[in-house]
Amino acid sequence: MNFQIKNPKLVALAVCLIPLLLLFVDIAFDNLGSNPIQALHIRLGDWSLRFLCVTLAITPLQTMTKWRGMTDYRQMFGLYAFFYATLHLLTYLAVDNNLEWSIIGTDIIESPYIWFGVMAYLIVFSLAITSPKWVMKRMGKSWKKLHRLIYIGSLAGIIHYFWQLKGNLAEPLLYLIIILFLLGFRILVWLTKRQLHKMMIPKGHE
Amino acid sequence: MIIKTEKEIPSSEITDEKVFNNRRTLIKAMLATAASASILTAWANDAKPNAWNLVKSDFSNKTLTPTPIELVKNYTNYYEFTLNKDDSTKLAQNFITDPWSLEISGEVENAGTYHLEDILRQQTLEERIYRFRCVEAWSMVVPWVGFSLANLLKLAKPLSTAHFVKFTTIQQPETMPNQRNNVMLEWPYVEGLRIDEAMHPLTMLTVGMYGDTLPKQNGAPLRLVVPWKYGFKSIKAIVKIELLKNPPLTTWNKSAPAEYGFYANVNPAVSHPRWSQNSERQLGSGFFTSRRQTELFNGYGEQVASLYKDMDLRHFF
Repeated sequence: MNFQIKNPKLVALAVCLIPLLLLFVDIAFDNLGSNPIQALHIRLGDWSLRFLCVTLAITPLQTMTKWRGMTDYRQMFGLYAFFYATLHLLTYLAVDNNLEWSIIGTDIIESPYIWFGVMAYLIVFSLAITSPKWVMKRMGKSWKKLHRLIYIGSLAGIIHYFWQLKGNLAEPLLYLIIILFLLGFRILVWLTKRQLHKMMIPKGHE
Repeated sequence: MIIKTEKEIPSSEITDEKVFNNRRTLIKAMLATAASASILTAWANDAKPNAWNLVKSDFSNKTLTPTPIELVKNYTNYYEFTLNKDDSTKLAQNFITDPWSLEISGEVENAGTYHLEDILRQQTLEERIYRFRCVEAWSMVVPWVGFSLANLLKLAKPLSTAHFVKFTTIQQPETMPNQRNNVMLEWPYVEGLRIDEAMHPLTMLTVGMYGDTLPKQNGAPLRLVVPWKYGFKSIKAIVKIELLKNPPLTTWNKSAPAEYGFYANVNPAVSHPRWSQNSERQLGSGFFTSRRQTELFNGYGEQVASLYKDMDLRHFF
């Protein structure tokens, strides 16, 4: 049987929406446990962090496989991280707090874990709005610098997760390990390149 | 001491069961099968009355609507079994609660170890509807079954040197995986109260909820309930009560002293170092329902505020 995916990008686009679909199913069938609002909230935050991990894994994958066709997917996954982070934020504001701004205001001021969430969101937001190709071209070198903030954003997101927990730290710990591993890989590549660069410059001309 | 308990609670603050029930009805209609046993029918089935002759208590918040029992049964922090609130129901089922004895010792005239049945025989069991507020900023309304701890302590006759009460959970590593593997906290779990807090009539030794014996994951067979304090003070599966001269070192306080104080009184004005305590999510309230504004002493201020007059509640958190 000759089965060919004509438009893999469209398939990826749809697959990334499955977590949201499953969430709707769980809401409809009341499968979210005793504290469904918190469960919904955590689920969306989890998916945002997962997409950040996937996004960050693309470049190391390219480096290792020398396959260059994944830049568009990196953008798509990054935008999905932003998409789920936005739903997470909207859930907090509307579903959990019913847009009661005085309660929300006090909550944000008094909760350091939320500060890290806000920081992570602002970073992901700024990366999302600068993600179109024409913006990338216009920004030139500063685009790359700005988009390196994704590491800070991911770490802020993970701290945001850690800092609200009392007991089970397994989930954020997993994300932390993945992010640190990917960051470590980048640093290793950077150091190797620098070493090679040094070796190519003749002595006395450094 | 004047204890006023019939405080009117505005209907807006009562657990919004209507939203919840509507949703359940909707889902039931959607599924339209006999298998879709809803929480409401489960409520009715589970509420098979014990042989208990329960006295309605003056200390009960009669205007509060209890949270559906299934939610209360399946959302418990019981770290001896698991760190996940929805896993303890299953994991606690092998826990052995019978026979059960309680040791009362320390600064008392009548120290001793007693069978739980013998203790219960001397007590009149009451049903008390209390709001239960967790330090993690969620709350529920539970009809507990039990009696004032003071009634038991009076029988033990505390000496004038008894200034604090220490409570200890059972050490049962063969059924409690996290005790076996030394996970997270130092076991057994220890909690404590000042003697005046322990003697306060609102402070309850609890053996049941919703008219029946306590489910294992909810602290069977004997737990403490101190309604004006965060839930972690309400220690589960108690085997030892000691009256002491000095304050005991309690488990969470020892584990993270900057985050969990000895007093742990519910107080919206004193944040946890990492999160606000200003509001709480009420279990059973629907989507798009705002969080509830947390009350000082969890709404029991009229009864207990006098215990803490002249104390800086920020310092003694």
